[in-house]
Order: sequence, then C-alpha cells, then structure tokens
Amino acid sequence: MESWRKFKQVFWAVGIPPTFWLVLFFLVPLALIWLFSFGEKQGVVGIDITWTLDNYIRVFNPDILKIFWKSLGVAGLATIICLFVGLPVALGIVYAPNKYKGLLLLLIMLPFWTNLLIRTYALIAVLRQRGFLNFTLEWFDQKMRFLFDLVGLGGLGAAVLGEQFQALELLYNDKAVILGLVYVHLPFMILPLYAALERLDRSYLEASLDLGAGHLRTIWNVVVPLALPGIVSGIIITFIPALGSFLTPDLLGGPDSAMIANIIERQFKSANDWPFGSALSFLLMYITFGALALRAIMARNSKDGI
Amino acid sequence: MAKKSLFGLEPAGPLDYLRKWPLLTIMALTFIFLYVPLLTLMAFSFNDSRRNIVWNGFSLKYYAKLFQNDDLMIAFGNSLTIAFVSTIISLILGAMVAILLWRFRFSFKPVYEGAMALPIVIPEICMGVAMLAFFARIGWPNDLPWPLSLANITIAHISFTFPFVAVIVRARLAGFNMEEEEAARDLGAGDWEVYRDVIIPHMKPGLVAGALLAFTLSLDDFVITFFTSGPETVTFPVKVYSMVRFSVTPEVNAASTVLIVITVFLTATAMWLQNKGAKKK
Amino acid sequence: MTDTRKTIIGINGITKRFGSDVIAVDNVSIDIKEGEFFALLGPSGCGKTTLLRMIAGFEMPSEGQLLVDGQDMEGVSPNKRPVNMVFQSYAVFPHMSVADNVAYGLKMEGVASKEIAGRVEEALGLVQLPGYGARMPDQLSGGQRQRVALARALVKRPKVVLLDEPLSALDAKLREAMQLELRNLQASVGITFVMVTHDQDEALSMADRVAVMQSGCVRQLAAPRDLYEYPTSRFVADFIGKMNLFQAQVKSCGGGEVSVSVEGIGDLRLPHEGEASGEIGIAVRPEKTTVSPDKPTDTECVALEGTVLQVAYHGDENHVHLKTDGGLTLSVTLPNHERTLVAPAKPGDRRWISWRQKDTLVLAD
Repeated sequence: MESWRKFKQVFWAVGIPPTFWLVLFFLVPLALIWLFSFGEKQGVVGIDITWTLDNYIRVFNPDILKIFWKSLGVAGLATIICLFVGLPVALGIVYAPNKYKGLLLLLIMLPFWTNLLIRTYALIAVLRQRGFLNFTLEWFDQKMRFLFDLVGLGGLGAAVLGEQFQALELLYNDKAVILGLVYVHLPFMILPLYAALERLDRSYLEASLDLGAGHLRTIWNVVVPLALPGIVSGIIITFIPALGSFLTPDLLGGPDSAMIANIIERQFKSANDWPFGSALSFLLMYITFGALALRAIMARNSKDGI
Repeated sequence: MAKKSLFGLEPAGPLDYLRKWPLLTIMALTFIFLYVPLLTLMAFSFNDSRRNIVWNGFSLKYYAKLFQNDDLMIAFGNSLTIAFVSTIISLILGAMVAILLWRFRFSFKPVYEGAMALPIVIPEICMGVAMLAFFARIGWPNDLPWPLSLANITIAHISFTFPFVAVIVRARLAGFNMEEEEAARDLGAGDWEVYRDVIIPHMKPGLVAGALLAFTLSLDDFVITFFTSGPETVTFPVKVYSMVRFSVTPEVNAASTVLIVITVFLTATAMWLQNKGAKKK
Repeated sequence: MTDTRKTIIGINGITKRFGSDVIAVDNVSIDIKEGEFFALLGPSGCGKTTLLRMIAGFEMPSEGQLLVDGQDMEGVSPNKRPVNMVFQSYAVFPHMSVADNVAYGLKMEGVASKEIAGRVEEALGLVQLPGYGARMPDQLSGGQRQRVALARALVKRPKVVLLDEPLSALDAKLREAMQLELRNLQASVGITFVMVTHDQDEALSMADRVAVMQSGCVRQLAAPRDLYEYPTSRFVADFIGKMNLFQAQVKSCGGGEVSVSVEGIGDLRLPHEGEASGEIGIAVRPEKTTVSPDKPTDTECVALEGTVLQVAYHGDENHVHLKTDGGLTLSVTLPNHERTLVAPAKPGDRRWISWRQKDTLVLAD
C-alpha cells in the first residue's frame, strides 16, 4: 500500500473512470429518489421537491405499517428457519471427510447460482394445485384406496381418506412465501456459518466432549458462542435480501402476501406515486444499513474480545 | 476382533457428524428440498406431454418450440448482447477499482470503499427504482434503434456488476508478491511497464473469474432489468417472468433448463479458475 | 522384572486405518500402569497422536481392544470416559473465564455448585495459578493458558490425564521449567499421565517409561536410561540422541557374544544377548568416544586413526568430525571442562579416535 502521491499518473488513470461511473450511474440515481422522497406529485409525471415529510409519515398509515411488520416478520421467520437448518448442515460439512467437503459445498452453492426466477418457478411447478407434489400425493391416495377396496374395506378407506382426493393449497399464501424465501436464501446462511465453523479449532469441541459435555451441550456452550460472529453474519446476510424480496412474494404469495418491495414496485409501476415509493425505498435501505452496521459492530467486538 | 461398521467404513469418531443419523437426516432433507424442484423442472422439460405432471416419454419438442418462439429468441439475444457489453465495461472498471484500492492510500478511503460496496449491498428493488427514476428524469430516449435501445439496461447492469468484479480482482491482487514488482523495476521497468509486464499478468485469473461472474449476474438479473426495460427491450428473464405469470408450461421448463445450464457452467468455470489462481500462489 | 502395579490402560492389538490405504497405528499393544508417567515418543506421522486420541475417544480403533481401568471402551463416547486431555493448542475456551473453564467439566458432571468453587480453587492452586479465576484467557500468557488446561483436566480427578505435545508451544526456557513442574505435579497427585511428544529430551527427562514409535509400530518400550544406553534397533539408536552408526556382518553369534566384521574397523567381539545374523548395525555414542594425538594403549579400546574434517564449537561442547583411514565418518563430542580459547583440533590434523569396546552397541534390528 502506497501513498497515491507516489504514482500520481497511475492513480488518476485508474481512479477517475470508475469513480465517474459510480457517481453518475449509481449515486446520482440514488440521490434522485432521495430527493423525490421529499417531493410532492404534480400532475401525471411532475414531482416538486418541497421537502415535505409527508411521504415518510404516510408509512405510519396502518395498512402500510402492517405490510412493514409483516415483511419483517416473514423475512425474520425465514431467516430463523434458515439458521436452524443451516447450522447442522454447516457443521456436517465442516466435519465431513476432506474429499467430500468440496463436493458438499458445491452442492449447496449450485442452486444459489441458478436464476432466482427459475428457482421460484421450480417451486411453483412443485407446489401448485396440479403440481408434482399434489400429483404424487394423489397417486398415493389412489393406491391406498385401491388397497382398502382390495381387502373389502372400501368404506373404511373413504372414512380415513375422505370421499375423494383433495389437492393441498400450497401456493399463494404466506406460508408459500416463507418456504420460498427459505428455499432461495438457505445458501446465504450456510456459507457464512460454514466459514465461521471451519475457522473454529476442532480442539474446542473435543475439549468440551472430553470434559463430559454431550453433543448438544457442546454446540450450545462452545460452538454457538465461538461462532457467534459468523452466526450474526449469516443472519444479516440472509435477512437483508429476504426483507427486500420482490419476486418471491410476487410469484408465490397471495393477494395479501405483499412485502415492502411489492409496495415499492406498485408505486412506480401502477400507482404512479414516485415520491412515496422513493420514501419506502429509502426506509428499506436504512433498515439494510442498520443491519450492516450491527454486523460491523459485532465483528469489531469479537475481534477485540478474542 | 475387527469392528467393521456399516458399509465396511471405519468406525465413526465423535465429530464425524455426517455419520450420525440426526444430522444425516437434516442434511438429506436439505438436499432433497434444494434439488427436487430444480431436477423435476429440468426432467419435465423433456416430457412429451402437455399436461406436464405425467411422464409420457422423452422428447425434445419443447426445445424445438423454444427455438421457434421468436419473442423468446429475441429476448435471449437481448440478454446475451447486454451481458456481453456490460461484462467488458465492468471488467475494465472493476479492475481499475481493484488496483486503486489494493495499491493506494488516500484520504477518505473507507468512505470510497463503502460507496463502492453500496451496489452490492442495497436491495435490488431500490436500485431498480432509482434507475427507473434516473432514466425517466434525464429524458433518456425510448425510441433508439437496436442495439442502442439496450443501452440503459446495460448501464444499469454495469453499475451493479463492476463492484463485484472489483472484489474478485482485488482478492487476487492481495496475493501478489511485491518483490516481483521490485524485481521488474530493478531490471528497468517504469511505472506503466510494471503493470503491463507483471501486475496485469498476475491479475489474469481474477479477471477471467470476474468476467464470468459479471456475465452471469447480468444474464440472471431480473429485478433491476424489470424496472429499466421497455416493451421493446425485453430480456430473457423478463420474458420468462411474463410467461411464468400465466402458466407452467413445458416451454418455460425448457427455457429455464437452458438458462440453468448456461449459468451453472459459467459460474463453475469462474470458481475453478479462481481456485486454480489461488493454488498457484 | 514383573511389574506388579495395576494396568490402568490396556492397549491390546490396536490398529487404526484412515481410508483404505493409510495405517496410522499398526497392531500396537501396551500396558500403561497406574500412577506412572508414560511417554509416546516418535517423529511426526508415527501414529503417537492417533493412539492418544483413541484413548481419549476422538478416534475409534479399526481393530483391537482398549481397556481403561479394566473397562472396554468400545462404544464409549469421549464425554463418558474417565480420562481427560490437555490439548496441544490447549483449547482453553476463549469466551469463558479461567474459573468457568476449570468448572466446565464439573458442571457437565452435575457437581453441586458449592462444591465446584472449592474444587476449582484447589485445582488452580495445584497449577500455581491461585486467584486467577476471574481472568479471561486472552489476558494469560501461553504458559498460564497451559496451566489452565491442565487444571481443567485435573479438577475432574480422572483416572488418566492425556497430554498432547504439552510443551511444544512454549519457548525453550519455560519449557525446561515446565518439564520439572509437570513431573513434580504428576508425582504429587499420583494420577497416570500419558504424554505424546516428538522431543526426545522431554520424554527422557519426564517419563517413567517411554514407548518409541515409528510408522504406527512400537519399536521399543523401556525406561529412559535403558532406551538411551541399550537401544535395540537402528531407528531408536538414531532417533534418541546422536549416534555413530556402522554396518557390520555377523560372523558368529551365541553364548552372550557376537562376533562381527566391520568394514573400516576390522573384527570385533561384542557382548550381545539374543539372536543376530547377516547385516546388523554397530554403533557408539559421540560422547563415549575421545580423540588423542597418539594411539591409546588400552587394549579394551577400539582405536582408529583418521583426519579431522571439521570442528564445530557449541560453547559447552566441541563436536569433532573425522574421517578414518578406513573410510568411516565419525563425530566425537568433547565436553569443555576447562576455560580455553584453543580448539582441541583443527581440520587436517591426524588423530586417533577411541572408545571402550563395552560401550559399543549391537543393533540387531
């Protein structure tokens, strides 16, 4: 690392183009919607920057507030499920034989590289009313009925299984959204957990076992406290994109499964209320920054602590 | 006295978690959960049936249909054009940022680094609407001829891909042995020759990995494109989105399979190159 | 010489394979006696750590039986075994205070909290860290952290304490002090210690008995003095201390004697119990040899004439390297008994090297 003054020519040559791009095509657009968020709609397309706070105050409208809470709840729940599934999976991979480790990690990452839209679509194909899951269930249902009939207990079969097969309503509700978020974001959780556990000296786990603790107590007393920075990292890395999800609630959710991103999209694409949409965007961003700051603080504390 | 356990494996130690059934169960269920939807989707793209839940025999007819679907092929062409151009530009910009941050000390560097990380961390939807607002406000013309009509989408893609390239190339540069540069200078290389002869060759695996990542990110992006594309500039994911909204069809399965194969191949190559680069060091 | 003490760890024909082709421990049988300080010594990769980890329960034997205090340990998980380990990295939990670290094992046992406090303080006293309970591990030096790890193992009053390279992370001065201290501590608590080390000096100075391992096998198991003065194999002779080794051809063997022919020396008759045939090793330790300008008169000596190649000055000793006229290369260790600035020899000097015939080792293996 050297002072920029030592190689001025090189410094300016590599510094100016990307900085120019970042400012013009990223920071200016962001600044624009930041300004819009203090503006008022004028006519069909006009926006007056009046420095009003109305757009932010409108968030406290019970309907919008409800969507905010719901988004936090849905994203939070998906994150927790990811954590409870991800921790054992990460632990399993860390202590897998070396020759399988790479393969297992690859298998975790592979769906992660697949287009988000396609993964969501794949879930739809499995879960919809005429989807693979319901189809499989129906097949089992028929076989069961056939068996009951075969032993002459068709009446009992109907009593147990109902008059006829009822397809499960798996899509277009909040549960589907949560499932979709878990499906999409699980690798986000597993990878930081894996990195944290991989760094953890296995002697700590062995010492705990050696001193008489069982596996669950070892995980709770030793693994979780020592991997806490990684766990917090995983939670935040999972929570942020889950909270800002647009596609998952859009495609898997029902009429009232909308999350913040869907409301933002509506303001820009159909309701044509850009100032309000801009305010919502910035609130979402502030939550993101808050979560990232929390992670940075946790990371610094853990560095000081150990 | 041999204590061979299951499958003739050596007996499991206490931390061989994968040999313990509770963990094995969670692991297996996780992989089933992650893979069954994608694999069934891919499998049924070869199904010779309209009703796409019954296996009717192998067929490539939906792939043929895919290639006859003009809208889809145009969208695919758009996606490739955008990905290609944005990869080249973000590669150059990303490499510059990587050198800047790796090499130099300057005032407000943490702020600069933070700003560079913004496109990576902010929610896609926020970036999408910002781009929409920006292009609307500056009065970006809607009626440009192809391929200029794709310029706004391309610009938006570059804005979110080049910071990713910078991260990858910078990681590669971190492994550079400064003595190589000193050796080059000792042998007479100047400020620019050092880059041409020593530093850029060292960056190469990082550049290739970064390029593949940028290409995949651009090809895959839906949300940001959704806000910047117009009716005449539909990309592949945006087209698939509109098809998915209507129904689950074998054509969509086939289109998805094509995209899955492309991105998995590109990303795997990128990973492989990055590992290779890391090992060489 | 039958040992009447009780066997606390019985290792009966234990083999450990990793994968299909790596044999880390190969059919090892050892009886470790109650109350002894036992060392497993060997170069890295010899299987000593794997053996220790099998006793602790972190690895499972592929074959064979492990008894601790008469109980078969098969299927007994580490947390249920009456042994405790001091890890090479110490593995002192960084997020717990010293007292919490030491108390951890007692809590897991379900010892009443009133009793825990007393036992923790007692254990910390034992390792010379009284009053350190409230400190966090990052406030301790490496040596102190090791004492915490030791206290944490001792406080559980295990049947056996296992130590994995306990002194390898300490600097040389501290290491020597800890050698004495660990030895004294073991003697005073009377608990069996099993230590793994690659440092022969550590093993010889601390242990009651040492098992020298190579490629998964025990090459020799003996008390330190026996091991040094009467190694039975070339490997052990070379691994422990320094050694001048020669190839010899057995001419006859029997009656407590072996007659050999050594190239460059000639024929020797040496005391030897047991079998020997074909190619064997003949050796003498450098400190048991001496150099003189004239041929020694003692007929019980082996004496060879040669040229000095090099003299290395080590402060307390001089190491003289010579090449005999018969083509053998030897080194001789000469202690510096007196203050002098004069080297005992210089390269090119002609000297006689000699040692007493009875100091010659016969290495049949």
